[in-house]
Amino acid sequence: MASDRDTRQWRLATHPLETSNLEITFSGRWCLDQRLPSPDDLAPVLKTGTSRLTFKTDLSSWDSAFLAYLSVLLKLCAAKGIEADRDGLPEGVRHLLAMAAAVPEQKITGRGGGRHNFLHRIGVAAVEFSHGAPAMLRFLGEIVFSFGRLLSGRVRLRWHDLWWEVEEVGPRALLIVSVISFLVGLILAYLGADQLRMVGAQIFIADLVAIGMVREIGALMTGIIIAGRTGSAFAAKLGTMQVNEEIDAFRTLGISPIDFLVLPRTIALMLMVPLLTLYSGFVGMLAGLLISTTIFDIGLFEYYNETISALELKHFAVGLVKGSVYGAMVAYSGCLRGMQCGRSAEAVGEAATSAVVTSILLITISASILTIIFYQLGI
Amino acid sequence: MATAVPIEVRNLTMAYGEYVVQHDISFTVNRGEIFIIMGGNGCGKSTLMRSLIGLQRPAKGTVLYDGQDFWHVEAAEHERLKRRLGVMFQGGAMWSSLTLAENVALPLGEYTNLSPHLINEIVSFKLALVGLAGFEDFYPAELSGGMRKRAGLARAMALDPEILIIDEPSSGLDPLTARHLDHLILELRQNFGTTIIIITHELASILGIGDNSIFLDVQTRTMIATGNPKQALRSGDPRVRHFLTRGEA
Repeated sequence: MASDRDTRQWRLATHPLETSNLEITFSGRWCLDQRLPSPDDLAPVLKTGTSRLTFKTDLSSWDSAFLAYLSVLLKLCAAKGIEADRDGLPEGVRHLLAMAAAVPEQKITGRGGGRHNFLHRIGVAAVEFSHGAPAMLRFLGEIVFSFGRLLSGRVRLRWHDLWWEVEEVGPRALLIVSVISFLVGLILAYLGADQLRMVGAQIFIADLVAIGMVREIGALMTGIIIAGRTGSAFAAKLGTMQVNEEIDAFRTLGISPIDFLVLPRTIALMLMVPLLTLYSGFVGMLAGLLISTTIFDIGLFEYYNETISALELKHFAVGLVKGSVYGAMVAYSGCLRGMQCGRSAEAVGEAATSAVVTSILLITISASILTIIFYQLGI
Repeated sequence: MATAVPIEVRNLTMAYGEYVVQHDISFTVNRGEIFIIMGGNGCGKSTLMRSLIGLQRPAKGTVLYDGQDFWHVEAAEHERLKRRLGVMFQGGAMWSSLTLAENVALPLGEYTNLSPHLINEIVSFKLALVGLAGFEDFYPAELSGGMRKRAGLARAMALDPEILIIDEPSSGLDPLTARHLDHLILELRQNFGTTIIIITHELASILGIGDNSIFLDVQTRTMIATGNPKQALRSGDPRVRHFLTRGEA
């Protein structure tokens, strides 16, 4: 009988039986929760002209750790051309080793694994980028066609979805738009006050805040908030639908996922972002008013009159157009990245990130283009 | 120390808010038994599994592991009991940012003192057992659903758990692979004395490897039969016989 201590420890012994025949005796306990020896330790023993390996066992218990140890050993033997006789191993061990070998290892070819060098990766990124632009244009084209189908009455707008998105994009974003617009209005007022005081024209804070908020900053801030809040949500939602093959299900039924998913979202954003822009301008002006009257000693009516005289209808028009364009950009980026999403949880995260980056990039580009156009038109 | 009954479920009622999924479930699973939880779609099989593995607190009743009340022990003890379980989820639930090898190696790295070489070998061995030799460096997204499921089983077996809980092992697998998994389950029980709970409605597996079973009914929302599935097929409740013969008896 083995003592208690003996059954709790692993033990390993090697005896050369005859010339070229080595016997390995495993005894005691060989389990996962122990510190087991490395199978590589046996490599030098096997080197010395052995051509046959036999096993003897007196195990108190064993589990996968033992199996793993043995399979390394057997591989080592196979590599050295040593014949391993498994008869001395417990029956269960032989069964499980046979099961593991039952399905042959698949030789996988044509899979671009492994790490490549820096130049290779730059090349791959460049090629992917060049594929990205046509894909973006194609998606834009699909949306335009979808609008065409809507206007020609071949596609019915899903009012239910549209209202749902409108509520999600509009009223639920009011709080964050209020906070940010108020603070931006406040910053504008301070910034203007400092500069205008030098020329003694502090009253023009009103003009600066009113025109700045209504024409440019209201739309820009709202666009960026909506990009972070809604663009990412669109990408995540459509990306998850892509993972669940829901988009494929639309396609096989002959329903255009663009008509069904992208159209209502785009319309919702093009409607709601201009409204939020107006609201943002209003909140910004309120902040300007508050700062000017309390800190810079400008009278309430003075400020009000200056604002009214500074604002023209064209400023509102510019703000509304910009808001609508930014909304379209966010909807486009969010839906594009969602539809391009891969089929894993990670891909959904990447799609959401990419949607925000693309939205902000497109918003900035279109802001510059619109500013130049409006300047040329004298609006 | 340990009683003869590793798992005992007493008057378990599972509910989502007001909606009762299953009520008054009681059964015991003996050591080394292959225990089948069966029932039609939507009868609450997977919800029962969530209560067994500690993901969903039952509305009433409890689960005992070796006589310890799983849902009322201290947190540390609860964690210790959980470590005795290996769970395979329906879709495999492989972590998508890790390769298959990293998925299976994670529990080994966390809870053992083995050398990295031996861990790698255990990982390869487990993947080979489920027929995925050579797929170590693949990410789950690169595999088919059936392969992910098998990889999930390899991860569940990583630490050679005393109790293996498997949700729908063979659904979506080809018949040969399904049979290979059935054999593997029998080998695990044979060699390691693993207690295995299988949630399934695959008739071949139920009748082929099940020692004991319960049947959850969708209509009455409780268990209507317990016992050896082969016996149930011969002389059990008519509803269970109906189920086990695909409605032909």
